[in-house]
Amino acid sequence: MHDLNESLNELVERARADIAASDDIPSLDSVRVAFLGKKGELTTQLKNLSKLSAEERPAAGQAINDAKVSVQEALNSRRASLESAALDQELQASAMDVSLAGRGQAIGGLHPVTRTRERIETIFRGAGFEVAHGPEIEDDFHNFSALNVPPDHPARAMHDTFYVGADLLLRTHTSPVQIRAMQAQGAPIRVIAPGRVYRCDSDMTHTPMFHQVEGLVIDRNVSFANLKAVLHEFVECFFERKAELRFRPSYFPFTEPSAEVDVKSESGKWLEILGCGMVHPNVLRNVDIDPEEFTGYAFGMGVERLAMLRYGVDDLRLFFDNDLRFLRQFV
Amino acid sequence: MRISEKWLREWADPNVDTNGLAEQLTMAGLEVDSVESCGTVPEGVVVARVLEKNPHPDADRLSLCSVDAGQKQPVQVVCGASNVQAGNCYPLATIGAELPGGLKIEQSTIRGQESFGMLCSTVELGLGDSSDGLLELGNDGEPGTGVTELLGLDDHVIDLDLTPNRADCFSVLGVARDVAAVSLLEFSEPAVNGIGAELDDIVSISLKAGDACPVFAGRVIRGINPDAVTPLWLRERLRRSGVRPLHPVVDVTNYVMLEFGQPMHGYDLAKLNGSVAARMAKKGEKLSLLDGQEVELTKDVLVIADDKAAIGIAGIMGGADSAVDSATTDVFFESAWFSPAAIAGRARRYGLHTDASLRFERGVDFNGQVRAIERASELLVQIAGGKAGPVTEVRNDKHLPSREPVQLRRERLTKILGVGIPDDDIESMLGRLGFAVTTNDAGWSVTATSARFDIEIEEDLIEEVVRLYGYDQVPEQAQQVAATLACASEARVTTDRARTLLADRGYQEAITYSFVDPDRQRTLLGDASDVELVNPISAEQSVMRRSLWPGLLQAVSVNSSRQQGRARLFEIGVIFSSQGNEIAEEELIAGIAWGPLLPEQWGADTSGAEAANLFDIKSDIEALLSLTGDTESVTFIAAEHAALKPGVSARIEREGQTIGWLGELHPRLVRLWDISPAPVLFELLPQAGLAARLPAFSPVSRFPSVRRDLAVLVNEQITAAELLGTVREAAGPLLQDAWVFDVYTGDNIERGLKSVALGLILQETSRTLTEPEIEGAVNAVIERLSGKFNASIRE
Repeated sequence: MHDLNESLNELVERARADIAASDDIPSLDSVRVAFLGKKGELTTQLKNLSKLSAEERPAAGQAINDAKVSVQEALNSRRASLESAALDQELQASAMDVSLAGRGQAIGGLHPVTRTRERIETIFRGAGFEVAHGPEIEDDFHNFSALNVPPDHPARAMHDTFYVGADLLLRTHTSPVQIRAMQAQGAPIRVIAPGRVYRCDSDMTHTPMFHQVEGLVIDRNVSFANLKAVLHEFVECFFERKAELRFRPSYFPFTEPSAEVDVKSESGKWLEILGCGMVHPNVLRNVDIDPEEFTGYAFGMGVERLAMLRYGVDDLRLFFDNDLRFLRQFV
Repeated sequence: MRISEKWLREWADPNVDTNGLAEQLTMAGLEVDSVESCGTVPEGVVVARVLEKNPHPDADRLSLCSVDAGQKQPVQVVCGASNVQAGNCYPLATIGAELPGGLKIEQSTIRGQESFGMLCSTVELGLGDSSDGLLELGNDGEPGTGVTELLGLDDHVIDLDLTPNRADCFSVLGVARDVAAVSLLEFSEPAVNGIGAELDDIVSISLKAGDACPVFAGRVIRGINPDAVTPLWLRERLRRSGVRPLHPVVDVTNYVMLEFGQPMHGYDLAKLNGSVAARMAKKGEKLSLLDGQEVELTKDVLVIADDKAAIGIAGIMGGADSAVDSATTDVFFESAWFSPAAIAGRARRYGLHTDASLRFERGVDFNGQVRAIERASELLVQIAGGKAGPVTEVRNDKHLPSREPVQLRRERLTKILGVGIPDDDIESMLGRLGFAVTTNDAGWSVTATSARFDIEIEEDLIEEVVRLYGYDQVPEQAQQVAATLACASEARVTTDRARTLLADRGYQEAITYSFVDPDRQRTLLGDASDVELVNPISAEQSVMRRSLWPGLLQAVSVNSSRQQGRARLFEIGVIFSSQGNEIAEEELIAGIAWGPLLPEQWGADTSGAEAANLFDIKSDIEALLSLTGDTESVTFIAAEHAALKPGVSARIEREGQTIGWLGELHPRLVRLWDISPAPVLFELLPQAGLAARLPAFSPVSRFPSVRRDLAVLVNEQITAAELLGTVREAAGPLLQDAWVFDVYTGDNIERGLKSVALGLILQETSRTLTEPEIEGAVNAVIERLSGKFNASIRE
């Protein structure tokens, strides 16, 4: 018995040494086979138990099993550590430079004019305004006459008009959409009309095409005081800041009284941003609305003008140059 | 309208500084565009009278002047200007003076002659950009006094941007009245004394144009001194108003126009034949104008004529043949009223835009003719002497405009403005404008002055009241509105949604001009009648676009020339077509992809990569169309388009209707536009293309689906759409999806054939499919494909 214990101890020690010397899973596996395999040393010891006497057998069996367990434990622990080292190595090998750029298609973006128009629309939709559209080629009636601008009216000189025929022209403002909306819906009405407009004027500060948003409210008891309030609120929403506004008398044939509106810039300068006024009674009569029953206001703003102020663009012509280096700034 | 602050303040002088005055004007509706200082003359520049002028002994172009500069002794100055004359005064920069250019005046010797200072021009004094010689200070200056004081340079020019309704403010009188009204100053129109008649001479006047000219005043002045010069103060006022001094007769008429707003004309009496008349021109009648051009008149042009011929276009420009010149001694003044309707548009027709036409077009006071002629006579006789005949005024009252009383209701004013204004204030404000106001129960009955052409209805008066009351005094008041809900239809993909999708898929939105180059457009779209602009800015922007592609190609071309090698752009906008007499507008979505599909990046072979092809871009259109929830109804059909490369272009159809195009730019156009590699273009009509289907729920199967792949060998002409269409028909209701996952030609495939790999998904919603069912469906597909396309199945 003593001999057996000694030889088992020696065997376990040897197995431990071999296990410790294995530095990968295959060599560990061959150590396992050498000791615990079908023909392994410990397995052979177990097979030899039958050769012992009945008295010796239980103690010897116990001793061999203990030796087996301790070899198995040593194997398991070595395997776990080898596996964890292998995983560490694998992880290290597969580590990425996460600072590299993502791949695939880049994002495009909306034109600053669209961005600004959508912003204006969102603000007014929130106040119950509907969005109306009209044709870009208009007739004289909708663009001028219905808006109280008869032929030879000096105000026509203010609008350098592109003509496409005797009676047809490129609309010089989105105000004709007011007329169409009133013709279609009558009063009361609350609409804004965004769109392209054209004037035959091209220099540093004018492009022959630009965008406007026209607004119109007709109802019972709509006053100039209401107009002042809505525009002030709009300007503060649009610029996201408290803003001082200045309404100064001006002239548009389709509104009376008329005003130009200036906003005070953060540097204290007055900047003209829009024109507005109380809808002229002739305009209401032209669309069969009784000016005694209904009153209303209208306003018109230049989208590029607002975009320039909002984003600090200093040259109007950039909007239609479509230079990607410009456009990408407004994603 | 440029107006001198000093001149204005002589008439209405509110207790505010220059900026305050400008602010007041702007807030009264007379927008101030700019305020310019008239400048000052450097210290040491004084008025000097040239006593003697002698030639320089050693230089032909120089003269030696002995000048009185207010010192005890005259000093000698060498001068190179040709307009220097003994007896006249000029600015002298004395020794020690420093001129704006940095020149410091020292005692010097010029060609051997001593010079104690320098006689100066406006440019040298920093008062102007150009000059023809020395600044002439006339002959009544006090030698030795400051030039700044003499010229009254401590003044500002206020430039007003007048709105078309305020014709009355094209005069100092009109502006002064408004300033007084705003500042609560007493105001009365300056009296004009005029001069009595010393002669009996008249030119007889007749009115032959009805309401085009109902008032005409005239006066003869004889014996003016042809050598007289307009005094400095008057010339300075003209100059500050932007009017060039020319001749005393012209200068006084211009002065009166600036003062009272009444344009006038002075004729050389010796050049007139008999009487004068205001009449309409005869067809084809010719007239040489003061500016040198000869015009042919039409019957709708009002002229002033003598017994022989037209001598001027009324209210616009006088004729050359009757103009005053340096020999004129006898003058005939015209001060008439022409109706705006008779003048409007005529000046523009002849390419003229004169101070007179501007005023008459918008409306001149029809009661100011005699006052103006008296004022002009008074000034002319002061300057140039002469004796005047009586003023002849011919007036046809029945053709004069009228000023009817306009009712202003207190209640209406409050309703429109949203604020009540005390009665006393309203009456006082209207009164200060010179309007006749009488009270009645509802408010006031108001009659405007003959100078105002913009007071016809109640709103005109409300505007006047609130303008003087102050727009800033009207409180802001939020309007109470009934809440209504916004109902948006689900039956349409909005263009804003399409815009977002394209932007998110890498396209940058462009906005291009709606007018394009007709030649370029034709190369892209073939011949069709363009919508042409009558008055284009340039030939390159002279027709309306029939497609968004010309603009997008232009944009790519611009970017290509600016070192960009890749562009994906889209635009949503209107295109125009001419159909008979009608012009149609249609909204379109269009895009262009130029250069590699992906921006250059690591881990993908993008440097020098091939350009994006039709299929790369087709996925974007498919994505757009899939927003409708109804892609089955869309087909891409091989078709030719003038702009697209044959064989690489598709017409997009939805339920038999063309909704768009997709393809590569035609090689010919790639060269023409010089944008290699060939870009891929697409366009889509949102009206038809983006009509959406409301999602309709169908149950999701809990049972497994089965995939079967088929490789079929068919003629290469057979399209994927035909194959898939047939698969769908043949497979029956079990088929959930079918697609092409590979197309192969080349090795092992007979020429003219191609191998197409099809993926099929079969599924039942209520049970697991059995093998015979699957076999049945697949066999049906194989049979139909072989029958219809002579397809063989590759194992």
